[in-house]
Amino acid sequence: MLRFILTRVSLVIPTFIGITLLAFFLVRLVPGDPIETMAGERGIDPARHAQLLKEYGLDQPLFVQYGRYIERVVQGDLGKSIVTRDSVLSEFGQLFPATIELALCAILLALLVGLPAGIIAAVKRNSIFDHGVMGISLTGYSMPIFWWGLLLILLFSVQLGITPVSGRIAVQYFIEPVTGFLTIDSLLAGDTDAFWSALSHLVLPAIVLGTVPLAVIARMTRSAMLEVLGEDYIRTARAKGMAPLRVVALHALRNALIPVVTVIGLQVGTLFTGAILTETIFSWPGVGKWLIEAISRRDYPVLQGGTLLLGMVVMSVNLLVDLLYGVINPRIRHAR
Amino acid sequence: MSTETLQATAAPAGAPPHPAREFWTYFSANRGAVAGLVVIGLVLFCALFAPLIAPHDPNLTNNTVFLKPPFWQEGGSLSYPLGTDAIGRDILSRLLYGARLSLVIGIAVVALAIVVGIVLGLVAGFFKGIADIAIMRLMDILMTMPSLLLAIVIVAILGPGLMNAMLAVAIVVLPHYVRITRAAVIAESSKDYVVAAQVSGARTGRLMFSEILPNCAAPLIVQATLGVSTAILDAAALGFLGLGAQPPTPEWGTMLADAREFVLRAWWVVTFPGLAILITVLAFNLLGDGLRDALDPKLKR
Repeated sequence: MLRFILTRVSLVIPTFIGITLLAFFLVRLVPGDPIETMAGERGIDPARHAQLLKEYGLDQPLFVQYGRYIERVVQGDLGKSIVTRDSVLSEFGQLFPATIELALCAILLALLVGLPAGIIAAVKRNSIFDHGVMGISLTGYSMPIFWWGLLLILLFSVQLGITPVSGRIAVQYFIEPVTGFLTIDSLLAGDTDAFWSALSHLVLPAIVLGTVPLAVIARMTRSAMLEVLGEDYIRTARAKGMAPLRVVALHALRNALIPVVTVIGLQVGTLFTGAILTETIFSWPGVGKWLIEAISRRDYPVLQGGTLLLGMVVMSVNLLVDLLYGVINPRIRHAR
Repeated sequence: MSTETLQATAAPAGAPPHPAREFWTYFSANRGAVAGLVVIGLVLFCALFAPLIAPHDPNLTNNTVFLKPPFWQEGGSLSYPLGTDAIGRDILSRLLYGARLSLVIGIAVVALAIVVGIVLGLVAGFFKGIADIAIMRLMDILMTMPSLLLAIVIVAILGPGLMNAMLAVAIVVLPHYVRITRAAVIAESSKDYVVAAQVSGARTGRLMFSEILPNCAAPLIVQATLGVSTAILDAAALGFLGLGAQPPTPEWGTMLADAREFVLRAWWVVTFPGLAILITVLAFNLLGDGLRDALDPKLKR
């Protein structure tokens, strides 16, 4: 087990170096140097330019600059936003809980609907329900979610007036951040009105963000279940006269869930990708919207730091899923 | 007796059915895949003959008819069947011209990714060692990044625009093709026919491209079809974020970005471009699923 963990963890190092290289060169490859970028359209006096280049160490060879960059990253210094002058790391820290709250609700929704739908579709293979689930999930998988969000706003916010159009909570509420999750914080503060406001703001974005993972989970669960249901031990269990529900719930599901867990882990990347679009549509104050705004403002330190941090989050979750997978499935742990 | 006669007519003289016919038998049994193929045919038709079918110039603005609803709603007219946008351009015409862009995007992105992917995959799978480790680690890094974030970063470096967006999406999808090719090469290269070719003196290039590659084609074809839908979707997402095709290009994602602020006033400017994306992407996914089932020997009985 220890060897398994060490191998997996050591595989992360080249990925980490790769992500830092990507973030490092991101700023270097942009036409013009960082000083010119910071100066913006006003331009800069050549003498001052040379002085600043020296000050920031930008006249050094690239590998020296990269070494310094890594040194700063390891110390947690990701630079300052050009626009707000705030530290990139603290801005990320403030916005990230909003993204996590949204992503968690989305994946929860995807699991609550996707797992049962996939299981029932597999058990009732070729029924109308099965065809329905497969058709809907393929549609969900093909959905341009930025359009899906607009459609839901059109229906629920404009036509029916049930949900708010954008934001995280109605402006009149101020909730002291404890966990950073507004739904939980408002409950902790004992303010139920604020809780309902936060929840109603969360529903549509969570549906939009959960759509693709839901489709993937339903399809994956169905095919994994079908495979397991064809196994000999299931036939044996049925031949023994075991109740059908018990066969499915106890014997089949447990093995069918193994590939599903991997797929859920792989959805983390999809979730962040979707979060960028979802947050833009719903003006959700998370890191996705922050990054898109950084591009239009040419705020390269934010883009650089944000990319690095998100890349590291995804990398860590993937590592965690890999390790978890080894715990659930001994065959992986011992395979070389 | 009767089953024997049936088999005899299906496969005369005991010969196995021609691969293409066998493929079509499996493929045409899948109604979804056939429907996908038909829809793709329709989109292709629209794209090819857009100048002939489109009732108006896609970029012609007409400020007397802005935000006109589709013909079945009050105030709509048949001269603008799907209505007009905020500056009076005909939505149907823009959608038809947009089909050209989306198909070109999908096909160009996949073509680029598949060519580079095959070369890298062949090199990795065939030579193993350092080349393999270097290429596959690089692909792992590309796969770690959330796909759209990586595409956004690439576009941020190169600058927004349709060409750069296509290049970005091609880089993002590249790892899939490299992995598939590499896995197939490794599975194939230990087989007897490869050893036989090697023994009879085939050079490395010939071995790679004429012997091994044709036998890796099936999974690559499937991935390419599914890849077209990913490419269309990602390019539209970049267009929607203002990083892909720039206005007034009638690209579907860009049209949606333009339409966003009118979502409260004019449902049609938002609904139709998205519907076009959904239908096209769904068709390619249906086709890809059908191809996978028809080409996968494990599923054949």
